Amino acid sequence: MDLRGLPAPDGLYDPLQEHDACGVGFVVDIKGRRSHSIVEQALEILVNLEHRGASGCDPETGDGAGIMLQIPHALLQRALDGRLPEPGWYGIGHVFLPRGLAERGIAEALIERVIEEEGLSFLGWRDVPVDSSALGWKSREVEPVIRQFLVGRPSSLADEEAFERKLYIVRKVMSQAIERRKLREGSFFYICSLSSRTVVYKGLLLARQIAGYYRDLADPEVVTALALVHQRFSTNTFPTWPLAHPYRMLAHNGEINTLRGNRNWMHARQARLTSPIFGEDVRKLIPLVSETASDSATLDNALELLVRGGRSLPHAMLMLIPEAWGNNPTMDPDRRAFYEYHACMMEPWDGPAAVAFTDGRSIGAVLDRNGLRPARYLVTKDDLVVMASESGVLSISDDNIRLKWRLQPGRIFLVDTVEGRIIEDDEIKDRLVARKPYRRWLAANKIDLRDLPEPTSVHEFDRETLLERQKAFGYTLEDLQIIMAPMAADGEEPVGSMGNDSPLAVLSERPQLLYNYFKQLFAQVTNPPIDSIREELVMSLTHYIGANGSLLDETPSNCRQLRLESAILTNAELEKLRHIEESDFQARTLPIFFDPSTGAAGLETALTHLCRSASRALEDGVSVIVLSDRGVNRQRAPVPALLAVSAVHHHLIREGSRTNVAIVVESGEPREVMHFALLVGYGASAVNPYLAFETLTAMVRDSHLPEGVTVEKAHRGFVKAIDKGLLKTMSKMGISTLQSYRGAQIFEAIGIHEEVVERYFTGTPSRISGVKLDVIAGEAVARHSFAYPPAEIAENLHLDPGGWYQWRRGGEFHEINPDTIPTLQQAARTNDYALFKEFADLANRQSEELATLRGLFRFADGEPVPLDEVEPVEAIVRRFTTGAMSLGSISREAHETLAIAMNRLGGRSNTGEGGEDPVRYRRDPSGDSRRSSIKQVASARFGVTTEYLVNADELQIKMAQGAKPGEGGQLPGHKVDRYIAKVRHSTPGVTLISPPPHHDIYSIEDLAQLIFDLKNVNPRARISVKLVSEIGVGTVAAGVAKAHADHILISGYEGGTGASPLSSIKHAGIPWELGLSETQQVLVKNDLRGRCVIQTDGQLKTGRDVVIAGILGAEEFGFSTAPLVTLGCIMMRVCHKNTCPVGIATQDSVLRERFAGRPEYVVNYFRFVAQEVREIMARIGVRKFEDLVGRTELLDTVQAVQHWKARGVDVSVLLHRPQVPDTVAVRCVQPQDHGLDEAIDYHLIDACRKALDAGEAVEIEGPIRNCNRTVGTMLSGEVAMRYGNQGLPPDTIRIRFTGSAGQSFGAFLANGVSLTLIGDANDYLGKGISGGRIAVLPPPDCDFAAHASIIAGNTLLYGATGGEVYLRGVVGERFAVRNSGAMAVVEGTGDHGCEYMTGGVVVVLGKTGRNFAGGMSGGIAFVWDEDGRFDTRLNRGSGAILLEPLAEPADIDLVYQLIENHFTHTGSTRAREILLDWPCQIPRFRKVWSTEFRRMQAEIAAEQAAAAERAAVPAGAAQAGA
Amino acid sequence: MADPKGFLKYTREEAPRRPVEERIRDWREIELHVEPAWLRRQASRCMDCGVPFCHSGCPLGNLIPDWNYLAYRNRWREALDRLHATNNFPELTGRLCPAPCEPSCVLAINQPAVSIKQIEHYIIDHGFERGWIAPEPPARRTGHTVGIVGSGPAGLAAAQQLNRAGHRVTVYERCDRIGGLLRYGIPDFKLEKWVLDRRLNLMEEEGVEFRPGVDAGRDISAERLRARHDAVVLAGGSTVARDLPVPGRELDGVHLAMDYLTQQNRVNAGDNIAGRRISAAGKHVVVLGGGDTGADCVGTAHRQGAASVRQLELLPRPPKERTESMPWPTWPYILRTSSAHEEGGERAWSVNTTEFVGECGRLTGLRTVRVAFGEAGPDGRRPMATVPGSEELVRADLVLLALGFVRPQREGLLDALGVECDDRGNVAARDYATSVPGVFAAGDMRRGQSLIVWAITEGRECARAVDAFVAGRSLLPLAGARLR
Repeated sequence: MDLRGLPAPDGLYDPLQEHDACGVGFVVDIKGRRSHSIVEQALEILVNLEHRGASGCDPETGDGAGIMLQIPHALLQRALDGRLPEPGWYGIGHVFLPRGLAERGIAEALIERVIEEEGLSFLGWRDVPVDSSALGWKSREVEPVIRQFLVGRPSSLADEEAFERKLYIVRKVMSQAIERRKLREGSFFYICSLSSRTVVYKGLLLARQIAGYYRDLADPEVVTALALVHQRFSTNTFPTWPLAHPYRMLAHNGEINTLRGNRNWMHARQARLTSPIFGEDVRKLIPLVSETASDSATLDNALELLVRGGRSLPHAMLMLIPEAWGNNPTMDPDRRAFYEYHACMMEPWDGPAAVAFTDGRSIGAVLDRNGLRPARYLVTKDDLVVMASESGVLSISDDNIRLKWRLQPGRIFLVDTVEGRIIEDDEIKDRLVARKPYRRWLAANKIDLRDLPEPTSVHEFDRETLLERQKAFGYTLEDLQIIMAPMAADGEEPVGSMGNDSPLAVLSERPQLLYNYFKQLFAQVTNPPIDSIREELVMSLTHYIGANGSLLDETPSNCRQLRLESAILTNAELEKLRHIEESDFQARTLPIFFDPSTGAAGLETALTHLCRSASRALEDGVSVIVLSDRGVNRQRAPVPALLAVSAVHHHLIREGSRTNVAIVVESGEPREVMHFALLVGYGASAVNPYLAFETLTAMVRDSHLPEGVTVEKAHRGFVKAIDKGLLKTMSKMGISTLQSYRGAQIFEAIGIHEEVVERYFTGTPSRISGVKLDVIAGEAVARHSFAYPPAEIAENLHLDPGGWYQWRRGGEFHEINPDTIPTLQQAARTNDYALFKEFADLANRQSEELATLRGLFRFADGEPVPLDEVEPVEAIVRRFTTGAMSLGSISREAHETLAIAMNRLGGRSNTGEGGEDPVRYRRDPSGDSRRSSIKQVASARFGVTTEYLVNADELQIKMAQGAKPGEGGQLPGHKVDRYIAKVRHSTPGVTLISPPPHHDIYSIEDLAQLIFDLKNVNPRARISVKLVSEIGVGTVAAGVAKAHADHILISGYEGGTGASPLSSIKHAGIPWELGLSETQQVLVKNDLRGRCVIQTDGQLKTGRDVVIAGILGAEEFGFSTAPLVTLGCIMMRVCHKNTCPVGIATQDSVLRERFAGRPEYVVNYFRFVAQEVREIMARIGVRKFEDLVGRTELLDTVQAVQHWKARGVDVSVLLHRPQVPDTVAVRCVQPQDHGLDEAIDYHLIDACRKALDAGEAVEIEGPIRNCNRTVGTMLSGEVAMRYGNQGLPPDTIRIRFTGSAGQSFGAFLANGVSLTLIGDANDYLGKGISGGRIAVLPPPDCDFAAHASIIAGNTLLYGATGGEVYLRGVVGERFAVRNSGAMAVVEGTGDHGCEYMTGGVVVVLGKTGRNFAGGMSGGIAFVWDEDGRFDTRLNRGSGAILLEPLAEPADIDLVYQLIENHFTHTGSTRAREILLDWPCQIPRFRKVWSTEFRRMQAEIAAEQAAAAERAAVPAGAAQAGA
Repeated sequence: MADPKGFLKYTREEAPRRPVEERIRDWREIELHVEPAWLRRQASRCMDCGVPFCHSGCPLGNLIPDWNYLAYRNRWREALDRLHATNNFPELTGRLCPAPCEPSCVLAINQPAVSIKQIEHYIIDHGFERGWIAPEPPARRTGHTVGIVGSGPAGLAAAQQLNRAGHRVTVYERCDRIGGLLRYGIPDFKLEKWVLDRRLNLMEEEGVEFRPGVDAGRDISAERLRARHDAVVLAGGSTVARDLPVPGRELDGVHLAMDYLTQQNRVNAGDNIAGRRISAAGKHVVVLGGGDTGADCVGTAHRQGAASVRQLELLPRPPKERTESMPWPTWPYILRTSSAHEEGGERAWSVNTTEFVGECGRLTGLRTVRVAFGEAGPDGRRPMATVPGSEELVRADLVLLALGFVRPQREGLLDALGVECDDRGNVAARDYATSVPGVFAAGDMRRGQSLIVWAITEGRECARAVDAFVAGRSLLPLAGARLR
């Protein structure tokens, strides 16, 4: 183990995969008055944010906490016996040092020497008094020696800025010098801060430990005007001392998704970096950013560079994290110019981010463009500003509060203690914008592709050679029909269904395109994917190409760039670019071919030559390189375009010249989204897919596309679909701009040899090794020779039929095929174990014939045991579950059949994302139960009521789905019949959207919160988190374990879907073997494995699969495809079309009648699998299944030497067992501690006994703090347990709180419970509220205007299905997201209000943020249009959303009633004013609803009217709303 | 895919046939032309399955979903290309193939299958009508030559493939005309012979040399055959008919079905019959054997004016629909009613013939007995037992033995070449190469009696093996139009 605490890579664990998130905050005295109380308050914030942090296996070792202060001059003066110069004339370094005396001596001497060498004076050392007993044992194990050193400023340094700059250089020099010394304990060395203004105290601490550990912090002489604090929650399982925040300038809550690309580009900029300010010293700064530190540390590196290089702190911050300016038409043109100018210089650092930063004089914060982290602040009347991730972290008396607000998406906020005032976003930006004539600079320098002259000649369609070229690039008929036709016709990515059952490229017998060796990464847990459709406003494909200037200069020539709106170039656009006639902007075309007769050697030579040509082009001043494979012929085979691009990209990065040139690709190869995603991801700025265009032209001319699709339309549709697909691919990773996506390399290679990766795809993870250039060349040659067969062969007129998407004879292998399907079906139907064994043999043999990674293993020889000593089938089937298939994706018949089967077996079925009919909670008269014991909680929260949650044995949070990780889904209106709508709490016929992220999980601490929420509502259920296999999933799983999940599911990418883009089914995620194995290794290594159960799924079919998965670390196993096959599924792959001919994946009543499945088939199948498991266990000598979990020595690898490709694959890394003491568990042995003990709800439940048992009314009052989270939820669970969704009569339980409520206030509130909160609330208030009422109002002694003040945080009422909510004040982003039944009144909202709403009513008595009603398909919002500009903030969804006046009498009554309620419950003055002036106010209201909802409401009304007419007696009380 | 909901909108319809009264008076094919619109509706029922069992169930790997889609879209020319990509003679399979694709059609799980064979038939006939089918001679000759013995579907398919690979191909046929079973074994009402001639002409134009009337092994010695060609393909079929060695077999009036059918085909072709005519005219005809050849005999007897026609089968009457023991997608042994059965006659099952009886050497009838089958034993065979008291004398003037074929003829060429045979008497040829280097075998001669679609498949695959043998490697396509 590395002494710093971070281990070296080991097995599948890689320290580069770490992520972190957390809580952040600061306190500042606006006037700059220093006091010790600021320190105390900051530490109080920290303690109050402790629930946002985490601890690992040692509950006393946190992930890290820290505080940044102004230099405590008095203390230091005392410590150095008065030898200190005046403040400003010295700096202080806070340093972690090696523990060994000798090495520490070396380090200290080096520090002293560098100080002197750099022309500063060394003033002395100070031992930092610490109390190690305050630490947890794990932290103590790696505790460094901590000292401070003092540095004097020479008079030659005229100002403090120059001194700070010098200290920055000195620190860099010191760190590099230590690095070079290669000390044994070198990793202990870390300079937390070196500044004349600030000092950072941090460490591997829990928030509450920091004051006890650093005794300075308790010293009253430590005074400061500002303090920045941070509490870390790292998914990274090896938190370390240095990685605690704050860094030198910032503390960060969130994650930088584009880190790989940002690092690459920073690296690429090094060579050309010049700076008038640094002068010669600039060379000392290299490397500019750390290669290995966390994302936040790297961001800090970049920020520091920019600030020390002469930019102001906010200026630098806005370069790194700009707001979304591209799609904002209302933005001031000068401000746009500012952003565009800087976009020409630098790609955004993209991802969720609440960054607090300070230079010791001013302190501020900035929020990412999409507002994905919370940041609340308040200003007191005595000039204190408190900013934190949550409200209520400091107790401030109500009458002292001047303002409560939140940081908004893309906004910045600064407190300047020198000027003594707050500088707001607009002022900061206006000042920056006015610094330079950015707009003029752009006008004079920027080139727009559109404005370039039309080219004189453009390549034409060449029918003659089309077929041979298509063959040379490996086109198949499937490419044309399945992939390209839908893109051309509809401008959409093609959609498919079911899972991927074909081999990895490296295991395939057929020649593969190089693209297929890569898998897309995606965001899960540590950061959210983005919805590129409904939140389009933050997305952008605009990017700039050309030579970059120096990052530290600010000159007009920096924006001498060409602007592109898309990464796809038409032939004409490419010619424009190629023939650009500007003296300083030239393009050169470099051919990418090799001689097919020379194989790998030829390919390698071609690449070397290509790189050399690229360098030469650069020397000649070329700024655009076009890599072209136009002109392929019998003698010339194309180099795989991806290989060419990445080779040149990395060659130029290594050469230090990458930023001088843009790489453009002109290739016949790319034709699907993944191809483009890879080319851009590995550095291409633009791609001209000429052969795809020609293919489409031919398809149009041969009328293969629907009538009316012209050549031009087909090309446009194709480009549009690729653009959308690129946005989707980026958004899956949480990246919003193409500019930061380019070169970000968010891919994992599977089956590529490290030689190839190191040389051509530097930095890409590739864990099982694999093919070298010979195979890559061989596959290209195979395609080429198919295209150019020997002359004596009559020319073959056809493309290869394909077989990748659908089974084809002799095509790509599929595990589910014409042999396996009937065998399995027959075995299950006739309960024929012998036939099952035939199936299992087929499947296992296929697997061994290199369809899967597990096929490469064989069981090690063991001492067999008699079969009857092995535990029985009944014990094994309990480990089996069926996958999460929603009612909606499959028919009611199929869904219930699975549930009955699993209940008969004692296994578990899963509701999927579609809710569950409460009648299924009761046993059938036959004794069967149709209740799914696993209830899924997915991003749309369909049907997630309190009653649903309490009727579960397991609650599964679906973070991702194997077939489409990082994506949402959509159930089209025509599939939402009356029954499904009822179960999902939506409207029949109205489309239901599942958002890509859980809007209450943007980060790991949010997941911990949701786990806490669910545990509260149903403490008996175990909480499961479903993750999808990708590199780093083990690290994420460790975070999830620390977030107290009881159960973690690692899904393979092979898993199925009811509908998903084909590119996702095929290219996103990796096989479960890798993910499971990594998870097992990381959890064991961290001693976290014993706390949770691990499950895996993804094309599991046989007992052999189960045993191997068990050995790799799984205790439970999920199956979906195979049980469906036993029920009749024949892999039609038309689930998304509602035409399943066997009645499984359809809602069509005719087809549902054709369903012929029976529970016994499923039961038979699972018993067979268990029996096969037993037989294998007997063979390998294991009696109890738990004894094989994690025991990788039971497996052996068969080297796949027979296979021409798989020869190089090395799976031994999957079998690695971390070296840990025997006491460390390798399977689940103990339950998680959920920390429910302190829940207020226990008291509430006690106090409510009479209400719960007898329905008697109860009233309770009490205080509340931000640490009291998820209040009212456990109580609601009790109500729902007893009374179902009906709950108790209104107001049976009335509770009144005073204070700042913690997160998830009133989550899953049940009918009959009313909560009133006097104070304010944090995020997730009313999450999943199913009934009852929540009212929040400011304290009576507050004298700020409630309607202009924030009352509650982000993402309120998420997934609400009922209840009422009245909030007197403004709320944060995503109010009422996915609301499907709650009624709410609020006085203003942040961005994305009412997103994905499907039901309920929302009244907004104030301004909304942007993108209101994005993806809203049902329900109604009424907005009081305060400034008359509401229409500019509405997302009309291309006409799907209606904006109407408030006119219907029923609507008018409803709105009046709700506002009146609002007044009653909150005393809102705004409500009163509106009600008093009601007739005049009606016209100010806007009604927002969807066309679909309007149509269905009319239909339902008509039906009801008809029904009422039919009924003999008049209808009773009509149910409104719900 | 065609119409995603086509299978929900339309049901299967059979192609119309000429009225029985009309068709039994001539020898012409019985199916009427269908309208493209009708056919497209049928094609729209194709579901374009994720796992197309039809394509899997077809020995040729016909790209059925692909051409169903093209037919639906009126893209007949491309449909024809896709059809030809896997099948040399769709006009033959479109008429003669029992279509194993159809019972394996996914729609057939719970609905009538897609009319695959009908669509194939139309695509190819339409292609000929439009003149799209032209000779495809190779661009260049390799200089290698291949001799093919036998001109049935296997030999012809091998010939066409090898010719397209650039080799010089000579097809030897001992009969006076090319075509093997296609020529003389299949009645005209199922395949009018101009259809065959049309294809043969095309092949000749492509450069295939046909040598009818040459009995290899006799007219040209085995040595010379081998010396003349770089490779030889044996595609002589399974010609030794299964006999019924019961008392009375020698009686006049007991004939092998193939003799009977051949004679009528020759008559139709305008030949003078040298020997005695076997005719059903005015006779009571009994056909032994319930298979396709038996049905061909039934149809032929009707047309010759038989007084009565009975078809007897030893095995029990199959069920009308699939049973649990023959689940989808396996080939189901269900009752099949061919066009000949529509035209009249009787059928009986579980009937065993114990003796032919006659007067003065002339057949007058046959003694039969009903049989019953017990439960299957360990070898899978069901023991047969006679039903006591079920003996019967059946009147018959003509008995036709349609009991299938046992093996190829050994005497002559096979003996002369010295190729090894398997234990069933078929030429042993793993991967189509026999025990004699340079000699290959395909079709019924290799696999035993089978379907035309298997014969074509074998011919194609054998051609690939031969091509690889003579040229070092082969780029001829595999089943499913694969090239590697």
